[in-house]
Amino acid sequence: MIKPMMGNHALSYGALLSRAQVISAYPITPQTQVVELLSEMVADGSLNAKFIKVESEHSAMAACIGAAATGARTFTATSAQGLALMHEMLHWAVGARLPIVLGNINRAMGPPWTVWTEQTDSLSQRDTGWMQIYAADNQEVLDSVILAYKVSEKVLLPSMIVLDAFFLSHTSEPVDVPDQEKVDEFLPPYNPELKLDVNDPHAFGGLTGPGGYMELRYLIQKAHEDALIEIEKAGDEFHKIFGREYKLVETYRTEDAEIIFVALSTVAQTARIAVDSLRKKGIKAGILRIRVFRPFPSETIRNILKNVEKIIVYDRNLSPGRGGIVYHELSAALHHGRLDTPVWGIIGGLGGRDVTPKDIEEMFLMVLKEEKPEREIIWKGLKK
Amino acid sequence: MKYKKEGHYIKFESIEDMPPMAVSFASTLYNKTGSWRSELPIIDYDKCILCMLCWKFCPDAAIDIIDDKPVINYDYCKGCGICAEECPKEGALYMVEEKK
Amino acid sequence: MERTKKVKRLTIPEEELMNPGHLACQGCGATLAMRYALKALGKNTIVTIPACCWSVIDGPFPYSSLKVPVFHTAFATAAITAAGIKAGLSIQGKDDVTVMAWAGDGGTFDIGIQALSSAAEKNEDIIYVCYDNEAYMNTGIQRSSATPYKAWTTTTPTDFPNETFKKDIIEILAAHKIPYIATASVGYPEDLIKKFEKAKRIKGFRFIHIFAPCPVGWKMPPNLTVKVAKLAVQTNIFPLFEVENGIYYRITRKFSKKVPVQEYLKLQGRFKHLTDNDIATIQKSVDLRWEILLEKERQSERYREIVRKYQEEKELATVEK
Repeated sequence: MIKPMMGNHALSYGALLSRAQVISAYPITPQTQVVELLSEMVADGSLNAKFIKVESEHSAMAACIGAAATGARTFTATSAQGLALMHEMLHWAVGARLPIVLGNINRAMGPPWTVWTEQTDSLSQRDTGWMQIYAADNQEVLDSVILAYKVSEKVLLPSMIVLDAFFLSHTSEPVDVPDQEKVDEFLPPYNPELKLDVNDPHAFGGLTGPGGYMELRYLIQKAHEDALIEIEKAGDEFHKIFGREYKLVETYRTEDAEIIFVALSTVAQTARIAVDSLRKKGIKAGILRIRVFRPFPSETIRNILKNVEKIIVYDRNLSPGRGGIVYHELSAALHHGRLDTPVWGIIGGLGGRDVTPKDIEEMFLMVLKEEKPEREIIWKGLKK
Repeated sequence: MKYKKEGHYIKFESIEDMPPMAVSFASTLYNKTGSWRSELPIIDYDKCILCMLCWKFCPDAAIDIIDDKPVINYDYCKGCGICAEECPKEGALYMVEEKK
Repeated sequence: MERTKKVKRLTIPEEELMNPGHLACQGCGATLAMRYALKALGKNTIVTIPACCWSVIDGPFPYSSLKVPVFHTAFATAAITAAGIKAGLSIQGKDDVTVMAWAGDGGTFDIGIQALSSAAEKNEDIIYVCYDNEAYMNTGIQRSSATPYKAWTTTTPTDFPNETFKKDIIEILAAHKIPYIATASVGYPEDLIKKFEKAKRIKGFRFIHIFAPCPVGWKMPPNLTVKVAKLAVQTNIFPLFEVENGIYYRITRKFSKKVPVQEYLKLQGRFKHLTDNDIATIQKSVDLRWEILLEKERQSERYREIVRKYQEEKELATVEK
């Protein structure tokens, strides 16, 4: 059934259809509608879940961790400052191998206070071990929640579905809401082997010295590597049942492309207008949208980029002192594959600054004129 | 996951045997904390009035009740001396130095 | 197994839910506290432990001293992790399991107080236990807001002493108007166990504050733990009482003879440097608090009358299920 809905509500519907059992979240702009709708769904009985109201995001994640440890399916949502406040517990969820699903609305970090979109908040959590899926439209937001539970519960790693503030969170788009029966067919109940159970008592998270810790970390990395395969498998199964396709990345006109534009989320969709315009001018432009950022799909990315002449990586984020995060992750992946294709690392759109098709076209035209980038960081749209 | 149990010990032969997260599969009975002590309690059963206060106050649960008597489990007794301190009967429970 | 006539009946449950071989120091009061608590609560219990001595005591991976499920959690989160566990169990229909948060004074009075207040205010259906050894012991004896007046710790050495009195955590919890609060001491296991058994039967947020001496941190020989835990009560430094609904006070242990605080202080190296003036100050403050507590107990009957005016009789009848 097709309903117009904002990205935030797409998250709520994703949690509803996935039959989330325990929800705990703390309000923060621009996430509030996610939990407001979920509260209504719990109140009117359409969602059979416990809603734990908490006093901070750190506690919200702790509550989800406690519930997930008993074998319940859990959900939370946050943004920027809230995600940052949860940081310690994000690590905890991964170490405890709990398949929690979180919706993060990308919002720039303060100070100064801001509510507009930027991806630094989620990208700066990339070292915690959470899987990260960057959605580009609200349909993908809803579907990705369901997909995330499927994969998370298989590999025992938490996932975050990430969407742009306001461009997706508050913008209504038509979303095909899947049938509950079909979702149930795709996503069986969560049933972990190891959980808090008085009939089978275990202690979780006990002191581990240098003799054992490294192996546990290896197992987390291995789970991410397994996830690369499981995500594609889940995507195929989802495609068969629901007709929509989701993979590790999404490509647009890359088959014969000479310059490929790499980005996360809505910027990649905006770029399509630029690419179509460039193609009309005879420029072989293409787009690689990285959908799954963690685990980082190095092999897939190398395969798509191996024959191009030039690569643009657009970073709507900044790791101060280093530059664009996607640029650096991608460059390392290329280097491992011995690909010495020149990569232009462009930073822009910070703090919600708009990125237009014209901006993107200009980036392509700039790159056309240069043999290789002069600097590791190129700022686009900065006021002088 | 599989793991080997050798007495009270858990052995992971390879990384494949390990659980995904740190989780317990056995009790702490492998850990014979009796090696910690520098003095040990002795019960004189002739004087013991079987009040069980020693059993009640042992922080290590290292005193068992066997045949209705308190019996110190020297494998685990850390020699803290609480039992001797709390024993109400003169001479029934006293600490002596551990001989190496 | 038949008992001979000579053996006195055990005054606390016999079954052990804690194995020896755990990593506690000799004479650890916190261990006694857990041993007694689990005897009262039984096997149908799940415990969550934030960073504190018990994070280590329970044993390293892959071993556990306790015979109930344990979930280790981050320092500030005991109360809310417990609430999460309870919700997870509840949504799966396992409503009968007791969920217990087991935190030290650091994780209760200080870093954990935000989550504690949040869980208490919402009347989350958990038992929150603070075993109080009056400092951050696990990290090496640093001062907490539970550290008493002039007690030595590494961050309140004798030339930089602890000038503040112990934070009144009971009053803070009482202000949340939760169904049941109790203080307990490892020196009085029967009283402790009775309170846990009572707490187990109550729904809503229950808070139990256990006095748990630490021989290492308090600089005393390990065999004095129980004696000191008794003296704390006998001197009225740590009275044993209950608070129901945040306003009804009941003292559960009174003594005909008051023991001077000096008897308690002199056994502990952390008070060795106290001057006569300090001891007099402590005595005065203890006496004052005790008199006020007695008065609160007296007033409780008056409060019940007032509350009765505003409520139906049956609502007031009992907090028990």
